[in-house]
Amino acid sequence: MNAPILSARGLQKRYGRVTALNDCDFDLYPGEILAVIGDNGAGKSSLIKALSGAIRIDAGTITLNNEEVHFSSPLQAQEAGIATVYQTLALSPALSIVDNMFMGREIRAEGIAGRWLRKLDHGKMREIAREKLSELGLMTIQNIDQPVETLSGGQRQGVAVARAAAFGSKVIILDEPTAALGVKESRKVLDLIQDVRARGIPIILISHNMPHVFEVADRIHVHRLGRRLCTVAPDDCTMSDAVALMTGAKAPPGESIAA
Amino acid sequence: MSETIPPTRRSAQDFETAVDSADRRVAAFDPHRRGPVEKLQHVLHSNPTLVPVIVLLGAVAVFGVVSGSKFFSAFNLTLIMQQVSIIGILAAAQSLIVLTAGIDLSVAAIMVLMSVIAGNLAVYSGVPAFLALIIAFVGGTAAGMFNGFLVTRVKLPPFITTLGTWSIFYALNLWLSGAQSIRSQDIDSAAPLLKVFGETIAIGPARITYGSILMVLVFLVLWYMLNRTAWGRHVYAVGDDAEAAELAGIRTGRTLMSVYALAGFVCGIAAWASIGRVGSISPQAFYEGNLQSITAVVIGGISLFGGRGSILGALFGALIVGVFQSGLRLAGVDVLWQVFAIGWLIIIAVAIDQWIRKVSA
Amino acid sequence: MKTLFAGSALALVLCAGTAYAEDTSACLITKTDTNPFFVKMKEGASAKADELGIELNTYAGKIDGDVETQVAAVESCIAAGAKGILITPSDSRALAPVVGKAREAGLLVIALDTPFEPIDAADATFATDNFLAGELIGKWAAAKMEDPSKAKIALLDLNPSQVSVDYLRDNGFLNGFGIDIKDPTKMGDEDDPRIVGNDVTNGNEEGGRTAMENLLQKDPEVNLVYTINEPAAAGAYEALKAVGLEGQALIVSVDGGCPGVRNVEAGVIGATSMQFPLKMASMGIEAIKAFADSGEKPQASEGLEFTNTGVELVTDQPVDGIPSITSQEALEKCWG
Repeated sequence: MNAPILSARGLQKRYGRVTALNDCDFDLYPGEILAVIGDNGAGKSSLIKALSGAIRIDAGTITLNNEEVHFSSPLQAQEAGIATVYQTLALSPALSIVDNMFMGREIRAEGIAGRWLRKLDHGKMREIAREKLSELGLMTIQNIDQPVETLSGGQRQGVAVARAAAFGSKVIILDEPTAALGVKESRKVLDLIQDVRARGIPIILISHNMPHVFEVADRIHVHRLGRRLCTVAPDDCTMSDAVALMTGAKAPPGESIAA
Repeated sequence: MSETIPPTRRSAQDFETAVDSADRRVAAFDPHRRGPVEKLQHVLHSNPTLVPVIVLLGAVAVFGVVSGSKFFSAFNLTLIMQQVSIIGILAAAQSLIVLTAGIDLSVAAIMVLMSVIAGNLAVYSGVPAFLALIIAFVGGTAAGMFNGFLVTRVKLPPFITTLGTWSIFYALNLWLSGAQSIRSQDIDSAAPLLKVFGETIAIGPARITYGSILMVLVFLVLWYMLNRTAWGRHVYAVGDDAEAAELAGIRTGRTLMSVYALAGFVCGIAAWASIGRVGSISPQAFYEGNLQSITAVVIGGISLFGGRGSILGALFGALIVGVFQSGLRLAGVDVLWQVFAIGWLIIIAVAIDQWIRKVSA
Repeated sequence: MKTLFAGSALALVLCAGTAYAEDTSACLITKTDTNPFFVKMKEGASAKADELGIELNTYAGKIDGDVETQVAAVESCIAAGAKGILITPSDSRALAPVVGKAREAGLLVIALDTPFEPIDAADATFATDNFLAGELIGKWAAAKMEDPSKAKIALLDLNPSQVSVDYLRDNGFLNGFGIDIKDPTKMGDEDDPRIVGNDVTNGNEEGGRTAMENLLQKDPEVNLVYTINEPAAAGAYEALKAVGLEGQALIVSVDGGCPGVRNVEAGVIGATSMQFPLKMASMGIEAIKAFADSGEKPQASEGLEFTNTGVELVTDQPVDGIPSITSQEALEKCWG
């Protein structure tokens, strides 16, 4: 098997007397969808925040493409190629789809207008946005300039995922992408996740929804008591096994730890 | 990309198979059918300046009929432009702050303070007029940055911050001026450059002052910055949802700081224009300028919740107030009822804003 | 001094008492301490208090109309055991009850500049006869104009609240000019065709200019402009100059502030009625001293309900039968 694209060793994070991450390891391999599951309070979100630069770890190392990285802000993680789609989506509701996709990465026009008047190249941004959305099968969009708040929940998720996937990201973290969605829209988003993976971008999926996890994940990282308990393959394991592992009702199978 | 893991599809949930055959278009980006009211709501949502433009044109038409040629003349319409020019420029500065979901009660105080500083330097201390003006611009920017510092670093709410600095700047203004106006004649003889925006271009009966032109230019430049540059998009994003903007990679603190600094600079420009408009430099003038600028911004359809509305709306808002005042006055309506009418305009404008914000897919 | 009063614009109540060990103390409560008129009043009171050995505490509202601050100031004065209060009420009616309490507590209450309603809510009122101030400029204008029957008059008032100083000056002017003023406590109820209209200025240049522009819009042939005070007059002049009509209209005003007097000298203002804030305050302090010494209360001027502190007409174009002083002489006496 290839070397992991993103991995962590011995992560520690304490909030006062609470240990959120306790000597935690993590591996994400190229091209896979890795689900991270764990009970509430297991330290899942601390792990994700550490990987996406939202918190600073107390100890441990994170390596991206075999290089050690230190993030002090989400922006740094983003620049390094780790794009996170937060549960809140981090979209500006009143701004258009294009504006949101290019937020913080706007393309300036060429020549004097761009250089001196700092004019944006709206035409180019629209074109790229349209292209990126159609690559992900989201191009039933009528008006790419319509404000994000006029879209449905699934459509917004689509825009957020498209933004994460659009700018040479090496890794995409999806935090509970289907939590707020109905059945039909969840389906659409799961398809979208597989489309993104098919384009070769590995995905970390945090979810409470076991059917969704088992449907799309290649491997499942089970998080318990601030560390990785084990990783399992969905084919080798049932949903109730996974839940048992998460809650500590069942001990991890020895061989899975090495996976 | 790699051969590691084949894309597979496990059907762990047969209970969802029924969905596959269902109509999936619900997740497509196409509009559903709407009633006329909902359609209107959508149109207004995507064109926030439409309401103020309609109100402005409607008001001009109505007063034109009621008050006849005294109102509907090139002279009077350009006079309204002159009369609203200072509040208009302040409203432009106010719009910047309001777009970030803030509010600035100190805009007029910054302006008056800077006009007093420029006047004292140029008229009494013999500083060359252009230098005095540059000091006023720098001072205005610094005053804005002081507000910005308190909002972004000390994390005070903008309302409280500017409530405080309003008093501070006002007191400094009274201290520097001794609460005395600088007379028009003294400015004429010592530093006529200060009054350049009071100069008029006559086109037939129309009287367009440089100040009126300046107001329009300020709006156009700011409109360009807000709508055609990355900075402008960031301003909207920060005002819309600061947390989301931060996560999307915007340095929100820096953006806010630049907004306050720019608003202060615009107040510095307003200071120059106000000397031309008033003729003299009065420390007592524009005491309610901050509230009048907020009035223009609100009537112009810029949401006080931030991130929504076009800055051009504030220009129309200022003109609407000017048109109402002029029209009602020429129709012989008492000042009292002019104030009454403006009050209703504000309330109606905010109610419309709330209604438009409720739009959804 | 300047820093002191500017800083106090912030403070709700300024308490700049000078710590003397005298047993007689007095309070001065002004509407604001930003207006040069009140600054001068404070100077006059302070100087007289020093001279007579009275401890003076001064208070001011934040803005004109700031009733709460003035009420609090009166209460502080009662609590501090002052002998008397000099006050320019921000609201003639709203402050009457609290000064009633002060009088019950044995303090002498003197209204300066602005009378209470009813006027006997205070023990005495030292004020400019604003009606007379208006009348003087009205008479002067009537004598100055070639044909008063062809006058087109613009009236630039203070604000929409119909406060006494506003209607007294306005109606005084019209009366002096020879126009039937109908109700003497109302502005704008006249039906003389020579009146083009009334508008409000808030007593500053910006308001004066806008109001003048508006009235010119109603009738561009305005040839006589009454203004509530001299800053409004300066603004009106700018509006006239902008359309090249400064030679057509005569501007009259009331106040006697130094910039206003210089505008008389420069020909911007034809005539203005000067009032004497310094004198009001020093007379007030003297009255409190007399009251503290002998319990004697001041008397009103003959034929008036208050003590007139005097008005003088300032103009460089004197007319027969109306006594006046020149702008040069007035510069010696002006305030601000």
